[in-house]
Amino acid sequence: MTGVRLAKHWLNLDEAAIAALPGQLGVYEIADANGGTLELGFAGGRSRFGLRSAIAEAAAKHEAAARFRYEVTMQYWSRFEELLAVYLADHGELPPGNADRGEQRVGRLGAGRIAVQGR
Amino acid sequence: MDFELSTEQKLILETVRRFVREEIVPLEADLDPDASELPPHHRERLVAMTKELGFYGLDIPAEYGGPGIDLTTRTLMAFEMAQHRAGLYAPCYGVFGGAGLAQLYEADDDQKERYLYPVLRGEKRGFFALTEPSGGSDPARAIRTTAVRDGDDWILDGEKTFISGADKADFGIVFARTDPELGRKGITCFLVDTDMPGFRVRRIVHTLRSTHYAAELEFNRVRVPGRNVLGEVNQGFAIANDRLSRNRIPYAAGCVGVALKAQEMAIAYAKTRKTFGDYLSTRQAVQWMIVDNEIDLRTARALTLEAAARADAGKPFRTEAAICKLVASEGASRVVDRAMQIHGGYGMTKDLPLERWFRELRIRRVGEGPNEIQRLIVARDVIGGSFH
Repeated sequence: MTGVRLAKHWLNLDEAAIAALPGQLGVYEIADANGGTLELGFAGGRSRFGLRSAIAEAAAKHEAAARFRYEVTMQYWSRFEELLAVYLADHGELPPGNADRGEQRVGRLGAGRIAVQGR
Repeated sequence: MDFELSTEQKLILETVRRFVREEIVPLEADLDPDASELPPHHRERLVAMTKELGFYGLDIPAEYGGPGIDLTTRTLMAFEMAQHRAGLYAPCYGVFGGAGLAQLYEADDDQKERYLYPVLRGEKRGFFALTEPSGGSDPARAIRTTAVRDGDDWILDGEKTFISGADKADFGIVFARTDPELGRKGITCFLVDTDMPGFRVRRIVHTLRSTHYAAELEFNRVRVPGRNVLGEVNQGFAIANDRLSRNRIPYAAGCVGVALKAQEMAIAYAKTRKTFGDYLSTRQAVQWMIVDNEIDLRTARALTLEAAARADAGKPFRTEAAICKLVASEGASRVVDRAMQIHGGYGMTKDLPLERWFRELRIRRVGEGPNEIQRLIVARDVIGGSFH
């Protein structure tokens, strides 16, 4: 499933990096120091300062948050759904920060439903 | 045609209107502007309400437990149900329930047990896969997905695109070519489970409509049992075609609904916003935009109701369905565009639903058959002859 992943450079999660973020809409991924994904999310139409505020707020929820990457897109909702589906197909579960969404509400990319859930 | 509403219709519409304005619209203040789903606890609460009202499963035939509402009344309800931010593609966020896939009512008893009834119970979800990368406007000729008989089974190979809901479905209604020599008479409809080996959701297709997205599908030697043929072998296109005509009426009704709301918003704003010392509503330039909106709206509304009334009366309605889909999608696009112009900068923002409707209505001129195809259908019906 190359081409659907968030293929952006990782950035260290610090105040300067957050301050430099655009106020645009888009999707993001927050990870710990080992690269383990903590949360996938999006800066939607209700975000106060787009990716800048959305990533800052999401990072504050995770003590282990150490780095992040993002992608500017107006299609933030379908891109977010796609990233969740890719992650679920790769790992068989959702990132800890997205677990409350429930796997049943996430689409399946790749093989069908049972094949993914039975990994 | 007389569209005087009956007492029962007035009561139904008043109930739906109040439901949309008091239960749905307030929730949208806290949702993302592109959302098409409600949080589960709100959804469960509102589904319970629609069941209590006797309006759940509106499109389910009465013999399968639906409320048995005629298409004209259903169309009038659709005008109301679309009057909120997500209303075009997710009217009332689905809390009135759906009919599932209409083709399943034509299934045999075994197929109904395995697919239709689980869908009606909310245990299974399906998708409808007709369009392919080779084209969607002329599916009878464009379908390149093949199904080859192998003993009692069929082997499907090919791909589909712009298929909504496939990544969250348990099965799909899939059209494949079973006889390359027979054109539209060589298409067969199959029920394909998404856990059948060889089925794959390749990617999500990102469009102007961020939610209710579509996906690209791949069928790589998918073995489908013969009992999963829906209808007759080589008669699948008739199944697809019947659905395409009928769906154009509610499709048009959704366009009319958001346009009605956009016009209401435009008038309200024009009566409160002042420029150069007076209200926008006193400016002839704005008045004419509102008048043009009203003409587009009334035309689309009347034509959509006419198509629904003909369908209810058991008369041919293919021409009327094509016309109402065409007029409603184009007219509503103009109405929303003018409403945005009247609202100025605010009309472009995600604070208001207009920008979402503007994006999504653009898709409506292509979805369910592009408007050029609707014109072809009308030309064929009015002039006669066939496509070449």
